[in-house]
Amino acid sequence: MAVIRDVMPAFDLLQPSTAADAQRLLEQHGSDAWVLAGGLDSFDWLKDRIKKPKVVVDLSGVDELRGVRATSDGGVEIGAMTTLTEVVTNPIIKERFSLLSQGAELAASPQIRNQGTIGGNVSQDARCHYYRAGWPCYRAGGNLCYADTPTGRNREHAILHADRCVAVNPSDSAPALIALDAQFVIKTSKGDRIVDAEDYFIGPDLDITHLNILRPGDLLTAIRIPATWAGAKFYFERVRDRNVWDFALLNVASAMTVSGGNIDKVRVAVNGAAARPLRLKAVEDAVRGKPANAATGEMAGKLAVEGAVPLQFNAYKIPMMRNLVKRAIGGVEVATWA
Amino acid sequence: MGVVQWAISPWGQTVPIHIAWFLIYLMASAGLVFLVVHAIYVRYFASAEEFSGSISQSAAASVPARVPRHSFAARAFHWIMAAAMLTLLFTAFLPKVGFPFAWVTYHWIAGLVLTASILFHIVHATFFMDFWAIWPNKEDMEEGMNRLKRTLGQDAPAPRRFAKYPFENKMYHGVIVLTGLSVMLTGIFMIFRVRTGIFPRNPYLFGDMTWGLMYVLHGLAGVSLIALIIVHIYFAMRPEKFVLTKSMVFGSLPKEYYLEHHDPERWVVEGSSKGASV
Repeated sequence: MAVIRDVMPAFDLLQPSTAADAQRLLEQHGSDAWVLAGGLDSFDWLKDRIKKPKVVVDLSGVDELRGVRATSDGGVEIGAMTTLTEVVTNPIIKERFSLLSQGAELAASPQIRNQGTIGGNVSQDARCHYYRAGWPCYRAGGNLCYADTPTGRNREHAILHADRCVAVNPSDSAPALIALDAQFVIKTSKGDRIVDAEDYFIGPDLDITHLNILRPGDLLTAIRIPATWAGAKFYFERVRDRNVWDFALLNVASAMTVSGGNIDKVRVAVNGAAARPLRLKAVEDAVRGKPANAATGEMAGKLAVEGAVPLQFNAYKIPMMRNLVKRAIGGVEVATWA
Repeated sequence: MGVVQWAISPWGQTVPIHIAWFLIYLMASAGLVFLVVHAIYVRYFASAEEFSGSISQSAAASVPARVPRHSFAARAFHWIMAAAMLTLLFTAFLPKVGFPFAWVTYHWIAGLVLTASILFHIVHATFFMDFWAIWPNKEDMEEGMNRLKRTLGQDAPAPRRFAKYPFENKMYHGVIVLTGLSVMLTGIFMIFRVRTGIFPRNPYLFGDMTWGLMYVLHGLAGVSLIALIIVHIYFAMRPEKFVLTKSMVFGSLPKEYYLEHHDPERWVVEGSSKGASV
């Protein structure tokens, strides 16, 4: 239970200087180890004494995990320890993959972006207040979702793909990375494993205690964005209660190419609607070949929320998601003086 | 390392939440160890089955060539229950041992199928079958004890041939009844914790302690079933028992097997005159 803030439980602090060493330490300590990147997720858990790892592997000294590098195919590789601010300000990302810089720029606040890393942003844990308070819910290994009870507070929770747990994924960069068809590089004891961004995230139906596929001994080292969507038409929008610091209630990211006024290629993803960022394949299939206009956007929005099940306090998310997807596909009408 | 996982509820109570998952491996190992030990025992140490008395010529002559053992309804129940049980075990435990998949929907649907089949079986066995044929009686106990003594090399009279079900079958059935009813009853309540579209979801049906105990009982019965099902399948596959497995498919036993193992006085076959064992 969250009883004492600021006094972390004792742990051994390990500070490797290479990714290989970091992975070996994680492998060696297994589920006793905790990965520390920017610390913005970690220190909440540790100071609240809800997570009590025996070993913390601090990645801040692993220089090879930092920085943005152009790849030979015209894409970029972003080290997992690259800060969100570096992602936002990087000229290559800004020029070719501005969808990601938009998403990263809207995350939290400037101070947090200076400290938070891209790897941490995509790997952070759920922000459900019941879970974060240390209650023995499904996600914590228990047998109940306190948010999905007749009196539960669930304004920020899932409207899609809930399976016992109704927490959502809080990442802002995740939907942008999915829309950009990024790949995540994971260092394991058996070598590097590369997975598509959308496969990095998992829902409670597959694993109710994790938001991603990382397991003890695994280390996310880099995120690769191929050239496929470089310079495409991008759209990112995020809705939150306050314009800084708050986590998104919902966000949407889309990348599309348009030829002759019709949508040629498109990828759309939303986050904040489910426990994993959702790539909207049905929407992509439905709008491909159609004009990139308000009518197509309207249809896309309706399709996006099919099957949505609201909880007591989050029904607003359904029209919100419908409108976000509509705007991502059909564009935003700009108000003008008549 | 306890067998129950505990947690602190939001109200500060220490409550059980589920079994410790190492029990999955423990019970699977127990089932496999039993299998290996039994196979070695039968192969190298067991003596031939011996029964007291013999069956009269007239009694044997009246037994049909195929002795009906399981009605179509009983066989259908058995295989539906088996399919449901295996689905329940795989969906419950595969994700826990490293094979994640979306298991919940399959699990509760299989649970409802199992419940329906058990309810059918209870009605069918109570009103349309010889209800007591499967329950151990005093004679079974005495003969079981004698057989155990003989197995251990002590002096004891040879047992009579079996009634319709051998003592081991009856004991196994009893254990399956206990574990099956435990998972079924707790499972029905647990369905109220998930969205099924059938029952209204109500996580407040019980308090945290009651729910926790229910999850623990469900889990304990569930992992017990791992060992029990391994043992059941093992016996079903054993060469000397395979004739019984076939009878669960085709419904009948060969006359020779019946006369060798069963006592016509204790299991009167339809269509035969009641035989007398000598």
